[in-house]
Amino acid sequence: MHAGKWRFCVANHLLQYVIYLCCKEEKSQTRTYYLFANAAWFDIKIELYEMGWNLKDGLRECLVAAAPYGGPICDARPQLEIYSSSGLPLASFPWKSGVVKQLGWTVSDDLLCVQEDGTVLVYDLLGGFKRHFSMGNEVSQSQVLETKIFHSPYGTGVAILTGALRFTLATNIDDIKLRRLPEVPGLQGAPSCWAVLTQDRQSKVLVANGSHLFILDNTACTPVTPPGLSPQASSIVHMCVSFSYKYLALLTDSGHVWMGTSNLKEKLSEVDTKIKTPPKQMAWCRRPKSQQPSAVVMWDGLLIVVGECKETIQYHLDDDSILVPELDGVRIISGTHHELLQEVPGACEEIFKIASMAPGALLLEAHKEYEKESQKADEYLREIKEQSLLSEAVRQCVEAAGHEHEPETQKTLLRAASFGKCFLSNFPPEQFVSMCRDLRVLNAVRDYTVGIPLTHTQFKQMTVQVLIDRLVYRKLYPLAIEICRYLKTPEYQGVSRVLKHWACYKVQQKEESDEVIAKAVSVKLADAAGIFYSEIATKAYESGRTELAIKLLEFEPRSGEQVPLLLKMKKSPLALSKAIESGDTDLVYTVVMYLKNELNRGDFFMMLRNQPVALSLYKQFCKHQEQDTLKDLFNQDDDHEELGNLYVKASYKEQRLEARIALLQSAVDEYYKAKNEFSAKTTEDEMRLLRFQRKLEEEKGELLVGFSLHDTMTTLLSVGLHKHAEQLYKDFRVPDKRFWWLKLKSLAEKEDWEELEKFGKSKKSPIGYLPFVEVCIKHHNKYEAKKYVSKVTPEQKVKAHLAVGDMEGAAEAAIERRNESEISTVLSRCSATTDHLLMERLNRAKATAVKK
Amino acid sequence: MQLPLVGVTVMLERNVLQVYPAAESVVGSLHMAHTEWRDAPELPDFSLLKRLARDQLIFLLEQLPGKKDLFIDADLMSPLDRIANVTILKQHEVDKLYKVELKPIVSSSDQLCFLIRPRIQTVKWISDLVNADKVAGRFRRYKIIFTPQKFYACETVLEEQGVYGDVTTDEWNFYILPLDDDILSLELPEFFRDNFLEGDQRWVTTAGSALHLLQSVYGSFSKVYGIGRCAKMVYESWRELMEEGEQRTRQPEFAKVFLVDRDVDFVTPLCSQVVYEGLVDDLFRIKCGSVEFGPDVTSSDKSIKVMLNSQDKVFSEIRNEHFSNVFGFLSQKAKNLQTAYDKRRGMDIQQMKAFVSDELKGLKQEHRLLSLHIGASESMMKKKTKQDFQELLKTEHSLLEGFEIRECITYIEEHINRQVSMIDSLRLLCLLSITENGLLSKDYRSLKAQYLQSYGIKHLLTFANLRQLGLLEEQQAGETLTVMESKVGKLVNDKTVGKLTDAFSSLAKKSNFRALSKRLALVPKSGEEYDLRVPRDMAYVFSGAYIPLSCKLIEQVLERDGWTGLEEVTRMLNGQEFAVTGGSSSSEARNKTDAQRIVLVMFLGGCTFSEISALRFLGKERGCRFIVVTTAITNSARLLEALLDNHA
Repeated sequence: MHAGKWRFCVANHLLQYVIYLCCKEEKSQTRTYYLFANAAWFDIKIELYEMGWNLKDGLRECLVAAAPYGGPICDARPQLEIYSSSGLPLASFPWKSGVVKQLGWTVSDDLLCVQEDGTVLVYDLLGGFKRHFSMGNEVSQSQVLETKIFHSPYGTGVAILTGALRFTLATNIDDIKLRRLPEVPGLQGAPSCWAVLTQDRQSKVLVANGSHLFILDNTACTPVTPPGLSPQASSIVHMCVSFSYKYLALLTDSGHVWMGTSNLKEKLSEVDTKIKTPPKQMAWCRRPKSQQPSAVVMWDGLLIVVGECKETIQYHLDDDSILVPELDGVRIISGTHHELLQEVPGACEEIFKIASMAPGALLLEAHKEYEKESQKADEYLREIKEQSLLSEAVRQCVEAAGHEHEPETQKTLLRAASFGKCFLSNFPPEQFVSMCRDLRVLNAVRDYTVGIPLTHTQFKQMTVQVLIDRLVYRKLYPLAIEICRYLKTPEYQGVSRVLKHWACYKVQQKEESDEVIAKAVSVKLADAAGIFYSEIATKAYESGRTELAIKLLEFEPRSGEQVPLLLKMKKSPLALSKAIESGDTDLVYTVVMYLKNELNRGDFFMMLRNQPVALSLYKQFCKHQEQDTLKDLFNQDDDHEELGNLYVKASYKEQRLEARIALLQSAVDEYYKAKNEFSAKTTEDEMRLLRFQRKLEEEKGELLVGFSLHDTMTTLLSVGLHKHAEQLYKDFRVPDKRFWWLKLKSLAEKEDWEELEKFGKSKKSPIGYLPFVEVCIKHHNKYEAKKYVSKVTPEQKVKAHLAVGDMEGAAEAAIERRNESEISTVLSRCSATTDHLLMERLNRAKATAVKK
Repeated sequence: MQLPLVGVTVMLERNVLQVYPAAESVVGSLHMAHTEWRDAPELPDFSLLKRLARDQLIFLLEQLPGKKDLFIDADLMSPLDRIANVTILKQHEVDKLYKVELKPIVSSSDQLCFLIRPRIQTVKWISDLVNADKVAGRFRRYKIIFTPQKFYACETVLEEQGVYGDVTTDEWNFYILPLDDDILSLELPEFFRDNFLEGDQRWVTTAGSALHLLQSVYGSFSKVYGIGRCAKMVYESWRELMEEGEQRTRQPEFAKVFLVDRDVDFVTPLCSQVVYEGLVDDLFRIKCGSVEFGPDVTSSDKSIKVMLNSQDKVFSEIRNEHFSNVFGFLSQKAKNLQTAYDKRRGMDIQQMKAFVSDELKGLKQEHRLLSLHIGASESMMKKKTKQDFQELLKTEHSLLEGFEIRECITYIEEHINRQVSMIDSLRLLCLLSITENGLLSKDYRSLKAQYLQSYGIKHLLTFANLRQLGLLEEQQAGETLTVMESKVGKLVNDKTVGKLTDAFSSLAKKSNFRALSKRLALVPKSGEEYDLRVPRDMAYVFSGAYIPLSCKLIEQVLERDGWTGLEEVTRMLNGQEFAVTGGSSSSEARNKTDAQRIVLVMFLGGCTFSEISALRFLGKERGCRFIVVTTAITNSARLLEALLDNHA
């Protein structure tokens, strides 16, 4: 008799509405639902499940924790047991660790077990150990006295009261930052009660010590007083904060429940329960946007709902129960039943209230009559339509359907809504359609076998994404995929994500072989978009299946994703080649740097040797960071050529001559080893030159060291050290041409025309005599220039004549050579006014030259 | 100020530079003066990229609230200035601006922000600063903004130096700087050396991201072609980004993309540039779209910085012109301007008022620009019409043609012996090696020895680098490739020979320039007159002597819509070509739109202004527009300087 069927049977009893709840089996029960006289609200208690578990002693004497949003239930006796909300066992294992002070669930359905020594163990919902963390030295020394696990926008937090009566707090267990709160003044023993608040983006602790109330934040302990707290109270014995952290309820030893805002600025109401014994549990039971404050207080066998007015609603409890506060109500779990207590939603009240004339109620009635084929249907409809409330009626029915847990009732309401819609034009269908979809999903997850008793309000707050996550945690992959497909969730966030989780789970199945799993995964994931095989492979590796991980990585299309895992698995050669394949230099760098630290030098170099891209990258790095490594690198490769180059380069940074020559000598040795005689000889020459330069510097005081051979000779010639220049000319086998050019230039610069003439005559010039002409002209000595014109070879005659400005000579030479282009050149230099005759001659010659 | 109205007669040799008197009649027929291709497609608005970059930078600066000193990498200063000027930086609480000099700093600010390229050296310097502060017991906040992205290696350095926790790092994804309407630059000159010499491919992803950025802002491409190893990797990295990101179906603003590696064509950037913009770059060095003209140009005692882009009306008319045409054009322009000024005479007061308010400002602006460009071209003429420049060009052209190689070698030898120019000598050596498939052993050794005598032994390293890149090589003595081939051929059947040859040729890294030039008709037959006023093909950018190989490849592939028929060519270029139809389905209907006639060409490793001019010419011929994306603007000097190894 799970997922018990129920419906409303309402009886009027002055101020009371009584709803009969019938169960599937004949066993019918009556539950009462009260209406506070002057406030139009009442609570309904809905049986969610009859628990499937088989607890020997009920819930007595055991540590129980149930997660909000219809999450799982856990209970720790010697045996730690985890159940779904419907009481189906999910996991069970003997508890072997230390003394557990508190159990709790995180927002992502992980179980937290807080031990006496402040160690917190984290299990997943199927009982798999995930990790553990400590709440700090202080806690482990003074032991845990009390613990509260709380949820805030920043995640799940843990607050601990230590034996030293100090509070330690972690707001988010996924990013633990421990905060030790200030001391509470005058606290002798454990405080009478305390709670965690989230205010101003900060988690605070509210502590009651007798009748004194304090708020503890990061820096200070501030005494506070709730406005209007009845004076007969001498101590606050219990407190609770609403799901949204907006409201606070305090229970005093005088039996009064004070309700107000959690900032303690406003009092909402105060009710006397007339019971002075301390309660077992207290919780807010309030639906969002409701105007009414209401809290639930539980004693052994008694549950009291307190609200705005003086009267309370009392329930008798057969069994030990626990309260699970929810966003829009309280769940009550006992050894046998699982029920939801909540304020009746407005729409439901309007429709199901006795003799309600609300448009929704009329529409429902109209539809009933229509089913019976009675003309009354028309009357009802007319009544609604006359008030133009039909669209309101449809909306009410749709909304009410959302709040109903019974599919038949949902159907009835939706049918009525659909019926009403027929008489409306332009009614937007979205609300109706999405409600149908949501309900289908909700009914599926509320199923006994799934056991997530979500209300529509909770579902909307939690979002589909989170619901899918929860299903995935429970390994209900097919259902999750079905829901994704049904709701048309984008593949990337929907089906693919579920498949990824499935695959991660699959790879941990030890009994199947690598091949089978790899194949199964690839087949199932083949056409899903946005799958990260690397994540699945990581999972496989974490569960000790390296080979499987490598196989899975092969499916990963982006090599960038493969590399980090391969490195982790110590498959560095593969990682390196994958990185290079990816063409992403940064990735290659990552691997290279990793290898550098991981391998010994020899192996590292060997590996680089086979990967030129990686090698050149590393060389680049070494050039700036580690010059010596570069040397080792070349050494290992016997790359003597590069070593030689390296030494030459180093020599240019060296200031001291001896060191410089030593470096060059090393270069020479390397060049010889590389069989590069040319470079070796050249370098040897350089060493000789350096020595020569130094010697001369010392003797003559001319700055020479570091000059090229050419520059050295130029300098020597310009300061008149002709003999030394000539020595270099001979020693270094300087080509004649160069020497002639050098000498020519330096003599001309000094305008030593006599010496120049002598030089010109010393032997036949290897560079011809045109340069002599040009150099003289450059120094504006036409007279000297003319001396050399006659010596110029016939091919250069024209140029020489032109250079000295002898047009006639040029013309003569050109005509003699019958060279058309030369004639044109001369022609273009003639000016029409002065060289008229010459031009004629040239033109004639040109004509004949062309003819030829 | 009197405008210099100089008629110039340039005396030049056949096939080098043509002789034109600066007659007005000639000016009128300049092809630049022609109206643009009537329906040339509109180019997309690239200023959007600047806005995006600026917004992100501001966002990043605001991540470090309060006053802060900003240290900027020297080579980021000019690009940054194009994005956000000092005023904008000051508005976002930048107190003082410093250039990163890798020296100790003097800053009293408690917050230091570093805007740098992800270079190990710079990061090390910052680490040293932080550590020095620690020793001195000084507390400051440090933030490093890497642009365009951060590299793992940099973080490793921070970690190794123990300052990882002390600095915060961020990325400024400033991938592209629009230099002009049709030039986009990544401003990464080191791309060339890192990628092609050091084998460090870290910038590949940067180039891929740049393309991805263009695609996400301006829509996808219908077709992608490319050649070169790097091009292929860039495409792959881009494709991965495309697949990761969401697919957007947008009307594409470009039709096609062409990716080309710089090492596919080294000849073009090694040639002396003779179109105006290229010449300005060779002589004065255009930096980030602006140039500083020295006193010899401005004919005053101070230098003037000028932005060179299509906003400059004078410049935009002459930038693509062979420089022998420029002067004539400018003098005509000057005359027209004078006439416009002369209108003043005989005006009454009303007219004068209108003239001053409507025209005078424009005229004055034009006047200023005109006098600058005239100054520049005069200075150019002085340098470039001299005998030795003529001979230099003649030698280059002989090398391209493969004529009189001996004479060329003698010329180069003399060039080296006379210490004319370190870079030019090297350039000629490289040209010689590439066009001749390497130097004979004897020549190689003697030329190298002489070069070392002239410029010092440190250039041993330069030569090692050049050899590694295949720019300057010694022909291998003994068995040549063909001998090997025929030997192998005897052993195996013909089919495998082809494959083996491929393998060998990629090993040998031959330039195959001569064969390529023949195949693609890069060098027009000598003896034909080439009228530079009315260019008939892209060869005009090199005085009609040579069509840039890179541009010719682009032309051919676009014409054939792929590489079919170019198999031989790609084999000689070591393969690595690809053509991919893009993600957006290019229906026939779309082909009619303007966007389909815009082609994006990405040069990996830099491109020259000559190539840009050639592509602009090609665009006009074909009725399409080219947008050039380059890792940096380069020229022969920049290319070779990147390969020197005598520093650091």
